[in-house]
Amino acid sequence: MKRYIGRRTAYCLLSLFLLSLTIFFFVRVTGDPATLLVEPGASEADIAAIHHQFGLDKPLWVQYGIFVANLAHGDLGKSFYYRTPVMELYLSRLPNSLYLATVAMAFSLIIGIPTGVLASVRVGRFWDRAGKTFTLLGLSLPPFWVGLVLILVFSVYLGWLPSSGAGTPLHLIMPAFALGWYFAAAHMRLTRSSMLEVLGSEYVKLARLKGLPQSLVIAKHAFKNALIPVLTLAGINLVIMVNVATVVEVVFAWPGIGRLLYEGITFRDFPVVQGVVLMGGAMIVIVNLVIDILYAVIDPRIRLES
Amino acid sequence: MSTRPLLELKNLSTHYVSAQGARVVRAVDEVSLRINAGETLGIVGESGSGKSTLALTIMRILPMAARIVSGQMLFEGEDLLLKSDEEMRHVRGKRIAMILQDPMASLNPLFTVGDQVGETLRVHEGTSRASAWSRAIDLLKSVRIPAPETRVTQYPHEMSGGMRQRIVGAIGISCEPRLLIADEPTTSLDLTIQAQYLALLRDLQRAHGLALIFITHNLGIVAKMCDQLAVMYAGRVVESGPVSQIFNTPTHPYTEALLNSIPRMSDNRQRLTAIDGQPPDLSAMPPGCSFAPRCPEVFDRCRAQAPPAFTTAAGRSARCWLADVSRDNPAHLRVESRAL
Amino acid sequence: MSIQTEVIGLPPLSPSRVASRLSFLRLKDFPLIPALILGLIALVAIFANFLAPHNPEIGSLTARFKPPFWQTGGTMKYLLGTDQLGRDVLSRLIFGARVSVIVGFTAVIFAGTVGTTLGIISGYLGGWVDQVIMRLTDTWLALPPLMFAIFLAAIVGPSMWNIVIILGLVYWTRYARVIRGEVLSLKEREFVRLAIVAGCSKRTIMWRHILPNVINSAIVIGTLMLGVVIITEASLSFLGIGVPPPQAAWGLMLADGRQSLMVGRWWLSVLPGCCIMLMVLSANLLGDWLRVKLDPQLRQL
Repeated sequence: MKRYIGRRTAYCLLSLFLLSLTIFFFVRVTGDPATLLVEPGASEADIAAIHHQFGLDKPLWVQYGIFVANLAHGDLGKSFYYRTPVMELYLSRLPNSLYLATVAMAFSLIIGIPTGVLASVRVGRFWDRAGKTFTLLGLSLPPFWVGLVLILVFSVYLGWLPSSGAGTPLHLIMPAFALGWYFAAAHMRLTRSSMLEVLGSEYVKLARLKGLPQSLVIAKHAFKNALIPVLTLAGINLVIMVNVATVVEVVFAWPGIGRLLYEGITFRDFPVVQGVVLMGGAMIVIVNLVIDILYAVIDPRIRLES
Repeated sequence: MSTRPLLELKNLSTHYVSAQGARVVRAVDEVSLRINAGETLGIVGESGSGKSTLALTIMRILPMAARIVSGQMLFEGEDLLLKSDEEMRHVRGKRIAMILQDPMASLNPLFTVGDQVGETLRVHEGTSRASAWSRAIDLLKSVRIPAPETRVTQYPHEMSGGMRQRIVGAIGISCEPRLLIADEPTTSLDLTIQAQYLALLRDLQRAHGLALIFITHNLGIVAKMCDQLAVMYAGRVVESGPVSQIFNTPTHPYTEALLNSIPRMSDNRQRLTAIDGQPPDLSAMPPGCSFAPRCPEVFDRCRAQAPPAFTTAAGRSARCWLADVSRDNPAHLRVESRAL
Repeated sequence: MSIQTEVIGLPPLSPSRVASRLSFLRLKDFPLIPALILGLIALVAIFANFLAPHNPEIGSLTARFKPPFWQTGGTMKYLLGTDQLGRDVLSRLIFGARVSVIVGFTAVIFAGTVGTTLGIISGYLGGWVDQVIMRLTDTWLALPPLMFAIFLAAIVGPSMWNIVIILGLVYWTRYARVIRGEVLSLKEREFVRLAIVAGCSKRTIMWRHILPNVINSAIVIGTLMLGVVIITEASLSFLGIGVPPPQAAWGLMLADGRQSLMVGRWWLSVLPGCCIMLMVLSANLLGDWLRVKLDPQLRQL
């Protein structure tokens, strides 16, 4: 198992390196990064200072070195608008996004997994068809659309729920639903296909041949095996959720990193944009590593690989 | 002493129906068999002959597209087809057990060996976890797995193929069933392991008074293990009876061809004998005998009408017009010369 | 070369072969309604200039916030109402279709071409080329698509064609992974080995033998991607960095309509949202059907 973890960690580091390289490359691809890295309306002295700070007159690889050195220190630059370090801003908003994503994920799993199991056990019949429709709707209705409709119904017409901001659990319901809805469909679909695959396996066949009751066959033999890919997906999706929540956060004015990104583009605050994207990518790479490690712990086949 | 057979199949038919109902595959076609307590019945046939479907039919675990269309399955006098799902569940694993071909695939990779061996005991006999665990150790001992106390905590992928198949065997006998169905249990094992495994099955059979249905395509194993033999072709039993008699004097041309196709060291012939032609398409069967297109002794009646099962001697039968001993069959003379 | 193709078995795509491949399409379970909807949207997009009753970008300030014709205050002149600048919603929806169709299809084709090519190269050539491309793919896959798109849009500035390029850059990785996997297994097949033995160059093999075999998968992925791309484009427009105003885009209309939502002017948000939904839904349904027909194995996707 050690080798497995070692390999995965190496991949992770390589990906982080490539990530920084990609971001670095794109910022400079237009030829003049100064337009982005310099605040609009800056004075000559400020521009010169920026040039110096990022080494814009130096060769590319030196610039990259500066860039990575800053990153290693957690320095993502300074926000033009807020006048605080981007990292600080980011970390202050991140918990909100995590909170939203966790609730949305819980929602999507609670809806997705049981319906997926039900659809797989009742293949071709009512629940399966209902499930298919649900999947289709889930994947076709963009989260912000669902959000807007929810606001229309529950805030404007019914007046039950607040339409924006954060603060009380009531504020959480609609954004979490809008965000989780899309993923619920994906989880349902994966649970269903994973269950179907497992239900067709030889060991499930043997379990039936042993005379085990259907409920035990499904709950014990099929479910645990079928869950592996679903949980993997869920783990990855959690982090994706955090980053994809941008539009939902904007619709509901939820103060998370998605909203921060929006502010960044609206106010032409490029360091913020760059910082959020970098962190987003890094987060996913690191979480993938964590998932891989967890996987190794759960699945005895990998754990005992000598 | 009752001479009622342990399991008797009467005109059993299982069909696969395609989704639109357009294609019907007669996987098991009017099969009649019997097996007595303590006996070993071998079922032999090519792939596609219906042997595995027959086994799954007996256990009533069939894929969704399959339907048991007609017949009776009398196990200890009770017709299994009349049982409810719940009643059948209590038969499975407890009174009739089954071993599958691929031991790696048959065992759930996420649970320990001990858990899986003891599971039938917990479900069927209500044994507690602790005593099921110790029973599992005993069972591993009886299938000759060394160091069972350690093995019982391990996972399937930590064992060799031969050991896994023994574990599957242990699961099979765990509730002391009367009948064990083994579907090609040695096909995926190395040759050297095969012999050991067969010896184990034989010993278990004697020790527990099991009846054994052994499904295989390997006539050599049949010769070693089985008392009775049933040869299947295209879903039908074309010949059945005691093994030694059939081996010495086969009635059905297919049986004869199978026996001939086993190369022997004493053979002077340079070429291997194979059976001409291809296995039939089960969804588009010709009107007459299913073997007629490939039969070296075919005549007109064979193509026109499918032969019923004729009793050629006590306990022997064959689905072949050659076995028809009625006066108006021109071939009956040939039958008599065959029986000699 | 022609000898090899006969022996090897997969002839290059000729018109008759394409026709026979497409013949399976005429079947009972063809999703007619989604196809019609998509066709309708495409037609609307093409003939927008003739179909739209008003100019989508210039409005009449005296006719602001008119509701659809079936509500009180609505008129037949502006069938689906007007927005905050007095622009006709119906016309904007029609021209918005053009944006969605162009951006959607072009981006999907662009991403597909790049992704499939890199997937084939990576899978077939193997070695360090494969490693480099794969690491890059994994890394880009780790970047959340919308964020990445926003980042790129912040750099190059929004315009319709920039968006197409951006979306292509963001989504090519989806193709590359899957195609590479297919190529890896295709590499082991007999006809490829025969081609190598017969002396075909690597480029020939990749182009004539491997490509036709992976096109099916590429098309399937493309159908999946169409819905995703359209939603991303709408999201970008919604956030203000997609297609720039005053051009009409459904996402932009959603953004504009958002403020009015609170005062009950539902038609400014709901109608463009419905259009997006219809298009994505139809694309997904068609994609599902296509997926089943072209390769049942990919049904899991």
